[in-house]
Formats: sequence, structure tokens, C-alpha cells
Amino acid sequence: MPSEPTDAEPNWVHYEPEEATLVAKTTFNEIDTVFEFELEDRDELGHVPGQFVQVFVPGVGEAPFSVSSSPTKDGPFELCIRKVGSVTTAIHEMEVGDTLGIRGPFGETCDIETFKGNDMLFVAGGIGLAPLRSMINFILYHRDWFRDVTVVYGCKDPTEILFPEEIERWQERDDIRFDITVDEVPEGVEWDDHVGVITTLLPGLKIDAPNTYTIVCGPPVMFQYVQEELDAKEIPHDHIYLSLERRMHCGVGLCGHCQINDLYVCQDGPVFNYEVIKDRPEALS
Amino acid sequence: MKVIRKSDFDDLVNGLIESDPREVVGVQDDGTKYVFKPLERAADLSLDYDVTMLSPKKYFFPQKERLVQYRESEDGYEMLRDWSSEGKIIVGVHPYDLIAIEQLDRIFIDTQQDEPYRRKRENSLLIGVNMQAVSEWSFAGSMGTAVTDSGFDLMLTDLEDRYAVEIGSRKGSKLLEESPVREATLEEVDEVERITDELPEKFEKGIEFPPEKLPSLLDENYDNMAVWDEYADGCLSCGTCNVICPTCYCFNVDVVDFITDDTGGTVRRWDGCLLEDFAAVAGGENFREETVQRHRHRLMRKGNYIYERFGDIACIGCGRCTQHCVADVADPAEIYNKLWRSTNA
Repeated sequence: MPSEPTDAEPNWVHYEPEEATLVAKTTFNEIDTVFEFELEDRDELGHVPGQFVQVFVPGVGEAPFSVSSSPTKDGPFELCIRKVGSVTTAIHEMEVGDTLGIRGPFGETCDIETFKGNDMLFVAGGIGLAPLRSMINFILYHRDWFRDVTVVYGCKDPTEILFPEEIERWQERDDIRFDITVDEVPEGVEWDDHVGVITTLLPGLKIDAPNTYTIVCGPPVMFQYVQEELDAKEIPHDHIYLSLERRMHCGVGLCGHCQINDLYVCQDGPVFNYEVIKDRPEALS
Repeated sequence: MKVIRKSDFDDLVNGLIESDPREVVGVQDDGTKYVFKPLERAADLSLDYDVTMLSPKKYFFPQKERLVQYRESEDGYEMLRDWSSEGKIIVGVHPYDLIAIEQLDRIFIDTQQDEPYRRKRENSLLIGVNMQAVSEWSFAGSMGTAVTDSGFDLMLTDLEDRYAVEIGSRKGSKLLEESPVREATLEEVDEVERITDELPEKFEKGIEFPPEKLPSLLDENYDNMAVWDEYADGCLSCGTCNVICPTCYCFNVDVVDFITDDTGGTVRRWDGCLLEDFAAVAGGENFREETVQRHRHRLMRKGNYIYERFGDIACIGCGRCTQHCVADVADPAEIYNKLWRSTNA
């Protein structure tokens, strides 16, 4: 039976978005832009790296996005959004000062405490850098908690690179290794770095496998090939985390859209330990 | 246990229709099928029905309901809130549907704290009735859901000109206060016991093994593609088995503009995991692209996933999905039995 009258209870899910104002936007290319939002009624989103929010555009729709900024950043939070559908197109058309609705943050992430004192390896494919950036900046903020930090990032071509200025700053630091590659270089585009799929960057890395934690985010097709390389490096499966994409409608473990076998990406993820999902056939393909 | 004459029960229901602020709904024969719908008079009840088209789930988790509503003005968005209780009085719920509602209560209220469900459920009253007729598609007897001792405010058992009434809650007890009821005789108590004891045997269909073995059976047979393919081959991915199911609760959240051009909001409406794009994402991937993956997912969810997460076997054996499947490939009892035989042959 349902519990007694509960109006006073704080945790009932009302699905009500809170208002957020767009305070800045930085465009990387025709389809990728990072948006900075300020919440109307509170200073901080209060997320942890890996969590996501539901973005509600009145009259258009609601869709989930991983938070791209680190919680160590004060004030507005950032969402890096690729224009692929009606909600994302509507967000792209917004001007600074416009408002929309936010629900969240939602989701479970990895336990950063367990990473302390270890090497960190990030593998980002395409738009997969957007969610990983939150964790990367969190770890750089607490740099002395960790040993070596390595990021490998692969894009289709140089025009799809996200956060190019920030990447440049990362590359200038001597306490982080940042390797980048593109699948191909279109004619007329200048590029003097590595060319090849992301897995070509992994064999050359020196990895202390038992003391390395890896976080991977990218298109599903990438996971399998990256995993083969991580297996070649003998990184233990419970040291590998994947951030997965699904189309959550509710964010609270009910609507069923994000279900991977018995798991819910919105509550058990979106960041999963590979050991947990590797035997669940719906996770990666 | 109490006893009430049928005419007095009708008076009780008519009194509720007349004076209770809540809407009274009940099982009625609409000519081609039995349905739960608003009740105009107690005489319209068909409490000797076998199974209804939809379960009373629709009153707590409607096909379509508003989630949020706002008004837009120069100052921004103002939320229009109406979180008042909107319960119903539901007359004539069979035990398997009561068990389904108990499961949804555990998920929507106790675990996920869904406010739209709570405000419909909490103020509602459930008057159950033990089955007098058994649907030819039902296998509730073998699922342990043909009778129940919980989940109702009152439970009726037909005793010709009287109902035996079991009281399940204080709300139920209060409901009887104004009515001429008496204590049941020993013979009447025995008669109710005989009826409920014999009920599980009346089902022609059934699973051939104890329902508690379902979760592990499904675990073992996830890759038993011979069986899954046999049924998925004919499946039209229409989602009827989802929408007809008393324990299916997947939904979409859609944005709508309603009422006027300065108000809008979101609605949620039933969705189904059998529908082709249910697990598709914006990037173009579909994580259950094949019919067989979706078909298997429904049966895994009923017998394994929900159990693992919330502790309940989510198939309550009503047989609605079997009855309404156009392609005749949805019958959980038949599929589960086939898996059982292929594993235990």
C-alpha cells in the first residue's frame, strides 16, 4: 500500500524543470557548440563528473546531456551539444540571455576515490570528449591525487575537434600527456598531427596496467576496438569505465528507454565499470 | 469476515456514486468485452466477468497524462501546479490485477517516488472480487496470482444472494460502517475458503514449473535463440502486448502546447519496448534493433529483470497479451514452458 500523505516529503519526483539562463556559447564548428547555463534559483548544479541533466526546451522537447564542465568550476555549468535533432537544433538557435529548463543532475558515476594514487588514461572518440572533459578537468584540479594522466582523443577530421583552445592548454602542460588523431584530413584543411583511427594511438603508450584506471567514451563502434587495445595492454577489466549514451525520457529509472538488459543507464550509469557491463549483450551494440 | 446482501452492496455503491467526491469506476460489459469504466449505477456492474480489456492500472498510470504545465510571460516561466489527490473508487478488481497494482506501488511509490502516480493512487479505494469465471488465456493459477490476501480495501466473494467481504484496510472497514453487514457464519467462511482453494485448478493453461524458477530459467536461456526466434519471427512489433499488460509501465515524455499559446508543458504517454525505435538514440544506433531482441526483452523483463531489481515476477498470468496478440506469438506461458522443456528435457 502507498505510504501515508506525503506532501511534506521532499523527494517526490515531479518532473518539473528549473529555469536556467544561457550566459555564454562557444561554437567549435557547424554542429558542435558548448553552452554555459546559470541556474535561476541556485549557484551550483551540484553534479559529479559523469552525471547528466535533462534539458527541456519549451514547445520543442526534452533530451539528456552529460555535463561537460567539472564541478570544480564555479558558477555556470557547461553542456557541449551536437546539433542532430529537434531539441539540439532549438538549443543551438538560442541566444545569450534566453532561458530553458533543466532537470537533474542524474546518474551514477565512478568512484574517484578509488583512482587516487593511480595513473589515469582517458580515451575519447568524437563527441565523447564532452562528458570526459568534466572528469579530466576535475582530475587536473586535484592533480596531485594522481600519478600520470594521459588523454587520447580521436576525431573524424580536424574540423570536428572540440575545445581546441583548451586542448592547446592541456598540451602545453607537462603534467598531462594529450595525444590527438584524426581519421582523415579533408583537402584544404591544415593538419600536422597524427592521422589514423584512435586505436593507432594506444599501442605506443607505456602503461602500468595494474595501476591504471581508464575511462572511455565514444561511439559504440569504437568501444570494441579500443577494448582490444586495452586488453593487449592487460588493463584489468574492473579498472575500465565506459560512459554510455541512451535516450532517457525520465532520468529516474522508470521510462525504460535506457534499459540495458536489467540495468538502467540513468540510474546505474551512464558511467559503468566494464566488468559490470561486458556480459550484457545490449550494452555496446 | 463480513457478509453483505447483494442489494445492500448495490446500495453502498450507488451511495458512493451519489455522494463521494471521487469518481466511481467498475467492470462493465460494453457489448463485446469487459472494461473498467465510470459507473453510473451499481446495476451496470458485471462482477462475474473473466478478464477486462485493460487493467485498472490506467487509473494510476493513464495512457496519457500531464507531467508539468507552465505559463510563459515577460518574466519567464511560471509553473502551474496541481498536486492534489485525484483518487478513484474502483469496483471489481481481480486478484491478479491487485497484485499488479501492488507491484506498481512498490516501483512508482516506494522506490522511485513518482509524484503523478502517487497522487492518483494514494486516495483511491480498491474493491476486489474473487473470480467467478476464468479467461481461457489466463494462467494465473500457476503463477500464484489467482487469489490474494493483500492489495485491496475490500475483497468480495460471490455467495449467490450475498457477498462475503474481507476487509483489507481501515479505509475499507470505514466504507462498510453505514451498511447493513453482519459477521460471516462458519459455513460462509468455509465456503469462501473452498472457492479460493479450488480456483487455481480452474485454469486450463499454466506454466509447468514453480514461478520462482523463472528468473534463473531466463538467465540460463538468454541465448536460446531457437526458442526466441520461433516466436519473434511472426511478431509485428505492434506493442499491443505492452499496452495491454497490467505491469508494463514504460513511457515517453513528450512536449505539447496545450490550452493557449502562452501555456505549455509535457505529457507522458504509454510506450512499448516492442516498438521498433524504443531503444534508438540520437546518434542513429538502435540497441535493440532486431525484433527478436525486443521480443526477448519483454519476456526477460517480466520474469527476470523486474525480479532482480524490485523482487517481483512481473508476469501475473492474466493472459491479456496472449488474447490480443494479432500474430499469436506473445503467450508467456507457452514461451516459458518451451524454455523450461528445452532446459529440462
